Amino acid sequence: MSGIIIATVVLAVIGVVVGVALVSVGRKFHVDTDPRVTEVRDCLPGNNCGACGYAGCDAMAEAIAAGEAPVNGCPVGGGPVAEKIGKIMGVDAAAEERKIAFVRCKGSCDVTKERGEYVGIRDCRAAVLSGISIWECDYGCVGFGSCVNVCPENAIHVENGVAIVDRKKCIGCGLCVKACPKHLIELIPASRTQAVRCSNHDKGRAVRNVCNAGCIGCGLCVRQCAYDAIHVDGNLAHIDYAKCELCGKCDDKCPAHIIADLREGN
Amino acid sequence: MTTYIMIIVTCALINNVVLIQFLGICSFLGVSQQMKASVSLGMAVTLVTTVSSAVAWALYTLILVPLGLEYMKTIVFILVIAALVQCVEMFLKKTSPAIYKALGIYLPLITTNCAVLGVALTNVQDEYNLLQSVLAGLGTGLGYTLAIVLLAGIRSRIDESDLPKPLRGAPVVLLSAALMSIAFMGFSGLGR
Repeated sequence: MSGIIIATVVLAVIGVVVGVALVSVGRKFHVDTDPRVTEVRDCLPGNNCGACGYAGCDAMAEAIAAGEAPVNGCPVGGGPVAEKIGKIMGVDAAAEERKIAFVRCKGSCDVTKERGEYVGIRDCRAAVLSGISIWECDYGCVGFGSCVNVCPENAIHVENGVAIVDRKKCIGCGLCVKACPKHLIELIPASRTQAVRCSNHDKGRAVRNVCNAGCIGCGLCVRQCAYDAIHVDGNLAHIDYAKCELCGKCDDKCPAHIIADLREGN
Repeated sequence: MTTYIMIIVTCALINNVVLIQFLGICSFLGVSQQMKASVSLGMAVTLVTTVSSAVAWALYTLILVPLGLEYMKTIVFILVIAALVQCVEMFLKKTSPAIYKALGIYLPLITTNCAVLGVALTNVQDEYNLLQSVLAGLGTGLGYTLAIVLLAGIRSRIDESDLPKPLRGAPVVLLSAALMSIAFMGFSGLGR
């Protein structure tokens, strides 16, 4: 019986001593931290995806509190989060719209053919480095899914040889943009629903020779647009998202059907 | 002198904490994805095992043995090591933010790592004195660092290779760890 009492007392004493020691050490070595760091951290999404360029949400919060990062630096949280952080930091956040990744290639296995045989690592970057033209079109999606591997939300997948983004799942972190060796992926504002699904800068005939779905630079879309929002530059149509009014005339008229209509249900 | 060198070699290679004693496997497999993180974690573990060995020895010989409470060593060690690591963390945060940042989240993470507790308990079992305990702690930490850095290197190679689908991810890491363990068995001849 006395053994139990001694054991309990000893453990309790050790516990109390350790507790007191911890508190005193904590007081003595107290480091003043900016209270805004915690507040900012609470506003951030907490995915720790690293899309902001910092090691995680904690590092980002510290950088924002120190004034090193912009209050709207979190691409995942977007406008609402930027607004909240702006209030904490006393800065008026120019709320940035949420962005969604978009793959500018429609070159699936049905429309373009394989040219060279590549037997190395199944990775787009490795394949591009090897210098082998896997597809007839040199501008198009390699289809080995380097973007798929980096996506933290599993929002992008390769379907029939070309990467496709799930617009509902995409958080706009931009990791796939960096991963694509062909620079096919861009972040476009979520409200913009018209986008060109081709990156081939060759002339119309050369495009036709390698891909049935490519932009031939015919310029029909330019004539349809009443807002001066679409232009053909380097044999490839470009949409100016700031001017586009989402009328959808360009994608109706495109003979190659490479202007995507990203509205719900399409 | 040879005894002391032998203790370090034994703890680092012959009785490698991860690959022979199978302690601290969780962080070994979890953090070995990146080389940089592995090195940080190895440093943090080395620091904690060394310091906690000394404290555990003092606690055991000066308090538990005189009171006849040797059977309480596990719970007392857990308590004191956890508190100790907290103290070290606060101390580092104040005095050298650079080291604090390098160790990052790993310092508090390994508070409850069984490798750390394992060293303290093994020291008591082997009846080491203070210096021997500290060296055993240091050797164990070095062994842990060696193992995790090796695995991180292997994993970076594995990531680039074309594996059959069922082996991808955890299975191939476990297989690699098992092969490393077999390789480390070869060190058992060193001590004779």
